[in-house]
Amino acid sequence: MSVATETTPRSADKIRVTRSRRNMAWTGAGALVVVVVLALFPYIVYSGTTGIMVQGFVILTMASMWNLLAGYAGLVSVGQQAFVGLGAYFVLILAIHGTSPFAALPVAAIGCGVAALPMWWLVSRLRSGYFAIATWVLAATVMLIIERFPALGGGTGLPMPGLSGFDPTLLAAYTYWIGLAVTVLALATVWLVLRGRLGLALTAVRDDEVAARSSGVRVGWVRMLVFVVAGIGCGAAGALNSISLLNVNPDAVFSVSWTAKMAFAVVIGGLGTIEGPILGTLLYMILQQSLQSYPSWYLMIFGAVAMIVALFARRGLWGLVDDHLHIRLFPVGYWLWGPDSNGRRGAKGPGRRGTGGRGRGGRHSEGQRSG
Amino acid sequence: MVWVNDIIQGVLTGGLYALFACGLSLMFGVMKVVNLAHGDLAVVGAYIALGVITVTHVPVLWSFLIVVPIMAVLGYGLQRTLIQAALNRGELTTLLVTFGLSVVIEAALLQFLSADSHALGVNSSIITGSFSIGSQIQIAYLLVLIFAVAVLVLLGLQYFLSASRYGRMIRAVADDREAAQLSGVDYRHVFGIAAAIAFGTVALAGIAYGMYSQFSPTTGTDTILLFAFAAVVIGGLGSLWGTLVGGIVLGVAQQIGAQINISYEVLAGYLVFLAVLVIRPQGLTSRKAQS
Repeated sequence: MSVATETTPRSADKIRVTRSRRNMAWTGAGALVVVVVLALFPYIVYSGTTGIMVQGFVILTMASMWNLLAGYAGLVSVGQQAFVGLGAYFVLILAIHGTSPFAALPVAAIGCGVAALPMWWLVSRLRSGYFAIATWVLAATVMLIIERFPALGGGTGLPMPGLSGFDPTLLAAYTYWIGLAVTVLALATVWLVLRGRLGLALTAVRDDEVAARSSGVRVGWVRMLVFVVAGIGCGAAGALNSISLLNVNPDAVFSVSWTAKMAFAVVIGGLGTIEGPILGTLLYMILQQSLQSYPSWYLMIFGAVAMIVALFARRGLWGLVDDHLHIRLFPVGYWLWGPDSNGRRGAKGPGRRGTGGRGRGGRHSEGQRSG
Repeated sequence: MVWVNDIIQGVLTGGLYALFACGLSLMFGVMKVVNLAHGDLAVVGAYIALGVITVTHVPVLWSFLIVVPIMAVLGYGLQRTLIQAALNRGELTTLLVTFGLSVVIEAALLQFLSADSHALGVNSSIITGSFSIGSQIQIAYLLVLIFAVAVLVLLGLQYFLSASRYGRMIRAVADDREAAQLSGVDYRHVFGIAAAIAFGTVALAGIAYGMYSQFSPTTGTDTILLFAFAAVVIGGLGSLWGTLVGGIVLGVAQQIGAQINISYEVLAGYLVFLAVLVIRPQGLTSRKAQS
């Protein structure tokens, strides 16, 4: 918008703004191929492999949601396990009353979104670190309340009913497909949210909250929306997890290690990028599979790597990839094709250093300065 | 009479929670660091105490003479390296790093020291002894001792912050870091000192908890961090004496909850915390709202 008005007419006709450096059709086709190949997996590999991949889907869905929270809305929630647990218990409640757990999953996810509203009301008045611990206390409170219901298994939990009729191979395949669907939906939601008006508002809030507020972004409203979306996503992931484990145990589903896994996957992969959580989840799964007989070790290593990345490579591994190769699988910003920028990223303005690579929606302004 | 007993027990337990909370409050007040590893560090303190007692056979009460300096040095070191590096990179990184630290410490304790529960000084008479008032109220010496320690720590901190040279430097840096730097204060060193003091109180909290109850690697987050935080919020963010008020309110709420049904003990405390968050988000003691 401002490109045409602020540049001279001579150069204006040489400037083009696109969503991506490459044709979006290729990305779309590539994504479609990946999804189709993944959908065929139950026919190709053993159910043990799909079981592992379902765990990956669970983490990836959660990580995408946590990325939306921390990477864009500036909400470091350490209490997302509240939604993981609620998702599991909502499926359990519906399954006890005769609904198929698979049909119950979307209902449970919506239920988590509804539950996120009062929880947001409680924690929204706290900032940063205090917000983080408050969400944690909230998750502990939700668990303690749910443990009070003997019909839901009290403190020990219950096996998931309604799944015993399935043939094990078929059950694994169904779980896998549902997991794939949940993950694709989660990633698509994140991508669409970030491409749209809300994404612009979020990026503005992330980069400078005061400036965003004074430009008319309703910061509180935007944050609430993200909190609810993240609640739905984490709820769906929690529901999926409980279906794949055939069991709901309060201590396991409300464990803070869920938030640790999703947060570390995001931080290692790249906070504030859509590709980051995918890369981070991949690394998490590799680490988890290779150290699966030492459950404490992989969390220790994963946490230590996350700390190192947070300190020394703030945009994560995907940030390094992006800096060197300029690849963007899910473009949400704009690419400026200037008269002499030749499709390369415009020279970094001196002022950009301070925000340390957090900028991304503001790319066109960078280009302007150089062009 | 039952209720009087609950309130007395709750107030005394509040001293323990204030001890949990004052390190968290101090680190936030001075460095604006919300240390998510706070609880796990207290558990580390308890494990160090366990090791010290096992090796040197010092009485449990005197183990603090060794554990507090160890933790203080650890605090100074961590602040000057990891936490300072995170602080330089911003609030988000600080949160992520302390959260990472919390998870790493807990996983390491589980891996190397197992998930078994431990307690400090099980047979010591100070831990098992109690005195009675009337027929229904029985007060453990240990709780009185912990409460007294908490009050002493808070008094000491207040005196230190208001009267000593380092205390003045800490307050100056907390108020206006750049102005303090212009006056020749090395703020990194001052942050280190503040962290050392905070970690010293964390060590006391760990030892106190180890004597009061059993601890295991997961105690740090399940109990200490969340109770400390609840006490800080109930009492009012950034207020030193507020942590005592918050701790007492939390303790009394838990005792009353436990009186109704023993399984409501922890829940009642959290519900009071949430109620304070709704009704009086600035806390019970602070006058103006903080953002």
